Amino acid sequence: MRRHWGLYLFPIPALALYLAFFVLPAAQGLQYAITDWDGFSPGFDWVGAGNFTRIVSADDQFANALGNNLTFLLAVVSGQTVLALGLAVLLAARSRGSTALRALFFLPTVLSSISVAFVWRFVYDPNLGLLHSVGVPGTFLGDEDTAILWVAVAQIWFHAGQMMVLFIAGLHQIPAELYEAAHVDGAGRWQRFRFVTWPLLAPATALVVAYTTIQSFKAFDLILGLAGNPPRSSLDILSTRIYTTFTNSRLGYAAAESIVFMLAIGVVTWLQNRAARIGAGR
Amino acid sequence: MTRRSLLAIYALLITVPLLVVLFGSFKTTPDLFASPFGPPLRPTLDNYREILGDAGLLRVFGNSVLVVVVSVPATLALASLVGYAVARLPRRPSRILFGVFAAGLAVPAQAMMIPQYVQFDRLGLRDSLLGLMLINVVVTLPVAVFILSGFMRTLPRELFEAAALDGAGPWGAYRRIAIPLSLPSLAATAIFLLVMHWNDLLYPLLFIDSPAKRTLPLALLDFSGEYLTDYPLLFTGVVVASVPMVALYAFLQRWFVAGMTAGAIKG
Repeated sequence: MRRHWGLYLFPIPALALYLAFFVLPAAQGLQYAITDWDGFSPGFDWVGAGNFTRIVSADDQFANALGNNLTFLLAVVSGQTVLALGLAVLLAARSRGSTALRALFFLPTVLSSISVAFVWRFVYDPNLGLLHSVGVPGTFLGDEDTAILWVAVAQIWFHAGQMMVLFIAGLHQIPAELYEAAHVDGAGRWQRFRFVTWPLLAPATALVVAYTTIQSFKAFDLILGLAGNPPRSSLDILSTRIYTTFTNSRLGYAAAESIVFMLAIGVVTWLQNRAARIGAGR
Repeated sequence: MTRRSLLAIYALLITVPLLVVLFGSFKTTPDLFASPFGPPLRPTLDNYREILGDAGLLRVFGNSVLVVVVSVPATLALASLVGYAVARLPRRPSRILFGVFAAGLAVPAQAMMIPQYVQFDRLGLRDSLLGLMLINVVVTLPVAVFILSGFMRTLPRELFEAAALDGAGPWGAYRRIAIPLSLPSLAATAIFLLVMHWNDLLYPLLFIDSPAKRTLPLALLDFSGEYLTDYPLLFTGVVVASVPMVALYAFLQRWFVAGMTAGAIKG
């Protein structure tokens, strides 16, 4: 086939923007991370690995945010995956009712996280909120020990429908003959789920878990909307911590925090991939 | 519990909070205290008047519209050009090109925002809607490229070869073959970008200082500080910010689901 050198021109506009405003700042971020720059003074000192050693060994606020983030992650990933899978199984069969319900369950996904945050602020309001009015005791977001879990509930409400759709797509790829065969072999409903659905849904599950993980690391707007800015320590997660450090004019330190943040996402995702592979027997 | 009742419970969990917000936007504060959940007995439009008039949400609404109207098509145009090149270039350059953008998927916004802030500040692009459009395009390029090149790679090569035999250059084939055939994936990507850009808070929070240049999510966040727990006003803000997306969703459901799940495959 004749070579079309002209094809090389096509990606140039996008590449130019991407290099200038994505790759270049990424490189600069690495540079800021080894300084004590406040973001506006003309001068700063190079501190080498100083920011990083401090983050890892002597920063209680960062450690607290990391802990909250992991609690949040575990709660959202487990709760959302189970809920989304359950809804998908209940709604996989196509019927008029199930199509309407799928549409309804997906609906929160198109809202903004700040809107979702305000909805849930009212749900959790200790004086006139929904939960209070139906007699659930507690201060919810005001309760130091469980506040982050209440945010997790809001996050699950927000995105479970989106994950449900991914599971439904996975369910539809399972050949119907397998169920018929299992049925003929005398497998009950639970056994069919356990030995047909669940193993064949492994790719969809891995996808949902990976995406939910990234989403929960990014749950920045929801926290600010529910907790205010800056959030109190019981609700601080890595994304809000970085933002707070940054707005307190510790730009170099915040840049270092964001690199640790990225590594944390990388490590968690890698662990999940490993677990998914071991789970799939590979 | 039966399948039916489980589904009914979840349907209530989704609808009740949303209805409470919608009803609340038509209530006065005392009415909301008196009956937080029921339909408004004496519906009032005062909240809408205050929010769209005094609080200036109409202007903010316009900013949001302007930002998505520019940044969504711009991202689509740029990303589809890349996707087309990925689909048609020889194996090696195609892989490199795709890899360069795919690498950006692994980088979360929080890791980029600080150097981007400094850069935009230096270039005088901060506190401007133009800067906000630009950053929107840049940060969503990787995912848009990912979705679109995935699709364009599935177009049969023979089509392009036939077009070349007919004398069409790369540009002609892009316009007459690649774009028309990829309309479904372009539409899904457009919806994904629309939801992302319309709802984004992080970049407006960082990049916009002037109240007159705020977008809806940012204005809502500011409201929550100003009005604290004036729920009727907050609810009205939520309704104003959500109605366009919910209305579009009602009409274009299939595309929303396609777009948001395509985005989920690599978000």
